[in-house]
Amino acid sequence: MELNNALGMPILTISIFLPTLGAIAIWLLARNDQQVRWGALAVSVATFVVTLPLLFSFDTTTAHMQFEELHPWIRSFHVNYHLGVDGISMPFILLTSMLTVICIVSAWECITTRVREYMIAFLVLETTLIGVFAALDAVLFYFFWEAMLIPMYLIIGIWGGKNRVYATIKFFLYTFAGSVLMLLALLAMYFKAGHTFSILDLMAYPFDFTWQFWIWIGFFVAFAVKVPMWPVHTWLPDAHTEAPTAGSVILAGILLKMGAYGFLRFSLPICPDASQYFVPMMVGLSLIAVIYISLVAMMQKDMKRLIAYSSIAHMGFVTLGTFMFTQQAMEGAVVNMISHGFVAAALFLCVGVMYDRLHTREIAAYGGVVNVMPKFALVMMIFAMANVALPGTSSFIGEIMVLLGTFNADPAGLATSAKWVAIAAASSVILSACYMLWMYKRVIFGDIVHDSVKSMPDISCRELGFFLPLIALVIWMGLYPTPVLDLMHATVAHLVDQVSTSKLPAAELLSAGGSAIMPGGHHPAGM
Amino acid sequence: MTLSSTELLTIPLLPLLASIVVGLFGKRLQNSLSHWICCSGVVVSALLSVHVFLQVADGASFYGNFWTWIVSGDLVVPIGMMIDQLTAVMMITVTIVAACVHVYTIGYMHGDPGYTRFFSYISGFTFSMLVLVMGNSFFTLFFGWEAVGLVSYLLIGFWFKRESATFAALKAFIVNRVGDFGFAIGILAVWYYFGTVEYHEVFAQMPAFLARHYSLGFMDWHVSAITFICLALFVGAMGKSAQVPLHVWLPDSMEGPTPISALIHAATMVTAGIFMVARLSPMFEYSETALAVVTVVGALTAFICATIGLVQNDIKRVIAYSTCSQLGYMFVACGVSAYGVGIFHLMTHAWFKGLLFLAAGSVIHAVMADQDIRRMGQLRSYMPITYITMLVGALALSGVPPFAGFWSKDLIIEAASVRHMGWVSEFAYWALLFGVIFTAFYTFRMFFLTFHNSDRVPAKTKPHLHESPKVITVPLVILAVGAALTGWWGADILNLPGEGGEGFFGHSIFVLQAHNPMLTLEEIELNHSGGIWLEMGALIMAAIGIGLAWLMYYKPSDLPAKVAESFPGMHRFLLDKWRFDELYWRIFVLPARAIGSFLWQKADLAFIDRGIIHGGVIDTIATAAGRLRQMQSGFVYHYAYAMVLGLFGLVTWLMVGN
Repeated sequence: MELNNALGMPILTISIFLPTLGAIAIWLLARNDQQVRWGALAVSVATFVVTLPLLFSFDTTTAHMQFEELHPWIRSFHVNYHLGVDGISMPFILLTSMLTVICIVSAWECITTRVREYMIAFLVLETTLIGVFAALDAVLFYFFWEAMLIPMYLIIGIWGGKNRVYATIKFFLYTFAGSVLMLLALLAMYFKAGHTFSILDLMAYPFDFTWQFWIWIGFFVAFAVKVPMWPVHTWLPDAHTEAPTAGSVILAGILLKMGAYGFLRFSLPICPDASQYFVPMMVGLSLIAVIYISLVAMMQKDMKRLIAYSSIAHMGFVTLGTFMFTQQAMEGAVVNMISHGFVAAALFLCVGVMYDRLHTREIAAYGGVVNVMPKFALVMMIFAMANVALPGTSSFIGEIMVLLGTFNADPAGLATSAKWVAIAAASSVILSACYMLWMYKRVIFGDIVHDSVKSMPDISCRELGFFLPLIALVIWMGLYPTPVLDLMHATVAHLVDQVSTSKLPAAELLSAGGSAIMPGGHHPAGM
Repeated sequence: MTLSSTELLTIPLLPLLASIVVGLFGKRLQNSLSHWICCSGVVVSALLSVHVFLQVADGASFYGNFWTWIVSGDLVVPIGMMIDQLTAVMMITVTIVAACVHVYTIGYMHGDPGYTRFFSYISGFTFSMLVLVMGNSFFTLFFGWEAVGLVSYLLIGFWFKRESATFAALKAFIVNRVGDFGFAIGILAVWYYFGTVEYHEVFAQMPAFLARHYSLGFMDWHVSAITFICLALFVGAMGKSAQVPLHVWLPDSMEGPTPISALIHAATMVTAGIFMVARLSPMFEYSETALAVVTVVGALTAFICATIGLVQNDIKRVIAYSTCSQLGYMFVACGVSAYGVGIFHLMTHAWFKGLLFLAAGSVIHAVMADQDIRRMGQLRSYMPITYITMLVGALALSGVPPFAGFWSKDLIIEAASVRHMGWVSEFAYWALLFGVIFTAFYTFRMFFLTFHNSDRVPAKTKPHLHESPKVITVPLVILAVGAALTGWWGADILNLPGEGGEGFFGHSIFVLQAHNPMLTLEEIELNHSGGIWLEMGALIMAAIGIGLAWLMYYKPSDLPAKVAESFPGMHRFLLDKWRFDELYWRIFVLPARAIGSFLWQKADLAFIDRGIIHGGVIDTIATAAGRLRQMQSGFVYHYAYAMVLGLFGLVTWLMVGN
């Protein structure tokens, strides 16, 4: 097999294992907490620098995997150590390496117990996260996917809030139950497709409809928990609320993206017909996420819980865009994922900044924060506006593209036209403003009513330091998304093509509910 | 002739630059340097706009893209400019009023702790508004639309310590978002049907598009695509331009500082909806339904808000309701296909309404931030310049010749009377005509109660009464001159009834021959067949309104109280503002909260978490595990017994099996 690796060096392997090597070094060498902090920062920055060539040497003209590496791993089961990225996975590796730096900086002062273990957990987590996005072998993917649970479990369980044990167990059970079904799906595919775990081979293998159906279900459970989609979303508000700030940042910024990434990497190309078949269900669940969850978010009394629910609502846009199978909607979904990585991360950091000062997340305990923290109020205003998808911010690009792609889509099997779906999803324009700005009003605006608020100092340089890059990215992607979109054009076009090409023989195609599939294009013919 | 793109780019970018510099470094720049940066930026862009306007009047235009915002598949969203007569009129209106307001702000906001922040906001607003009017696509329109909405939100809540101000800001943003929801859907549909978001490409495709007779349906209900698009976009216009039933945010927006009420909530931002309809006249013209809706909504708003204005006691709220009402007039103009007249009224309104607000601000400044006209009176002797300029504004608003409002408002009413749209134009005509009485009445009620009548100023405010400083009075005088003169100047320059041609707006506004009320009016003019009522109707109504106000409020009298007592229900209803707020609270806010709480407490927590996860999954596992645990009792005889049973079973199975 011809490997496509323009750099000629194992850059993905280095990106994956550098954090873990660094963690080991910190474990062995660092003498005190301060050394641990600086060491972790150095390792995370180094990893970020190492991932940069992925962006700069990326060939945007091809949908092929790039920076590939392939080594046999477990020969008897045909498991390979196969890495590679395309235009969808590569941005997430950079997002991961960037957010990890921010997480480590954000934990600088607020984590004071077991600093060494905390930093090691974060670096190991980074390894597993990059591994998930780089893996092209299903077993390798599964390995990283499951391995990620352990550091995350520890981060919430050890450095979390009062109710952390409950949240941890809930988080673990939900995700673990989901992944068991994914494992079954992987094994089923392995035996059916002639003993291969190669994701690229599985994409090419013509599974018949029944196989696709069950494999799809297996993946769906695993990914739906991770996204999370209604009704398996209730672990997320608990996990977010109890997690330390940096845990929430990485949870919202990266972990949630893995579910949607799974749909794009596995469900769509491997089971195109089943994906088409399940469009109505996915649309329904996505709309529930956008509307139902937004209403729930509005009534939250805890800021972190509110942002957690808002994350679920935004992920509704991602799943909607993913399952519309048009270029715009799918690119919009990926942009939304990246953008949400910045915005939700920043909002959790905002709450963290306030929590560090007052040690409460209750909305009612604040009010009038702008009087004592004007700089912070401005920073949070920017991200609140990004969260309501104001034009000029990255979320607007993502959401409008999903909506345009949805309005223009022509999915089979939907009781009504996709146009009404787009219109229903567009209600997020109103709902997101309701929950976000109402919260902002109660927390930031007004006169000071609680004396405790009076003593809150404005944000420090360190805090400003991790907000500024996020502000720059949100606005840059809002005004000039072209570089990001260019990365994914070829890959998304290829994926749209994959999911629109049935794997079934013609006769079976008809019996599977006539899911004759057309990619979206301009063919308005009424609804 | 093409305009210079450098000059065009400079016009919006100067205020943007000023806004960013002052926003980031305002504290270090000090107040005086900050206001110099912002004022000079906006004044220069106003001068350049005038220059552009003069060139456009000579036939110059511009169309071009500068930037590609989004590309994805066959979606291309460029950012560019389209400058024609319509844009040019909007540009001079926006920048000149903005320049006046900037200068006025130096005096009005003097000593406010948020001084530099305020300047940063209003310069940023000027930039956003210019993007809105100068853009060449639905996306630039939407960008500017949301950006002015953001600045409006920030400025309404400028005095963030006041609960009422932050609530008003939130309300304004959310109500506007309801409109934006419609706008966004309109954009989706435009791209779907036309495959482009640029104005001129969409307009060029209109004939081919109409020939295909697209329609949209939900269940058994069908609507033609053009009507769907126009109505969706119009919902956006209703939000931004405060039309019934989305008008509720505008009166509350008066919580913001007065210069903002003048600039954003009277002269410029709220007119964006009218600009949108006029800009998209090549689309609206082809949907009779959409035009009818525009007309009816405009007429309803003109009437309803005028009636509410009759009883308000807050000087700014009187003017705010008047703004809603006047915006209704402009929409009626667009609805009856007299877009040019609508824009003309927009322009004259910007002058006289900006003037009224700034004059009201001058009054409020003098009486120490009290806005209740019941505690004013006889102020004319203390502040003669404000008195005179406000009189000019009031006469212009009431439609008394030769002041600006007369020319434009009269044309709207005449256009509505000659355009035949069945009951729609009939209703609009009468609603507007009665609106004129109310307008004249509430304007002069406010005016007399403030400057004449009895002196009701509280004793502790008395020593503070004085005329405002020059930075406040000079913009007032400039705007007063505008309010006095733009009427006949505009009627002349814009050449509206069109002497045998398209008038000033040329191809920038598209009107179907059969719709054009201006042609009918011109014919009437030539034949002198209009009759006295068509010519003088509005003027007579205005005279009645002013006369009534004079009777009741010029001198102290018990007439107003008697009238109120004779119609207690009606009086209460108007004081309650037709109970829109109460209605929305009951049918939107409370149910949304109740549903949100229900879904959270009952569906998420009680049903999913406690019901299924705990009750179903975890309890089942726990029970099963409990049973299994009992098997490990630790008693040897239990195990022995089980072993014997097992052995017995195994032997039996082997025997039976073989």
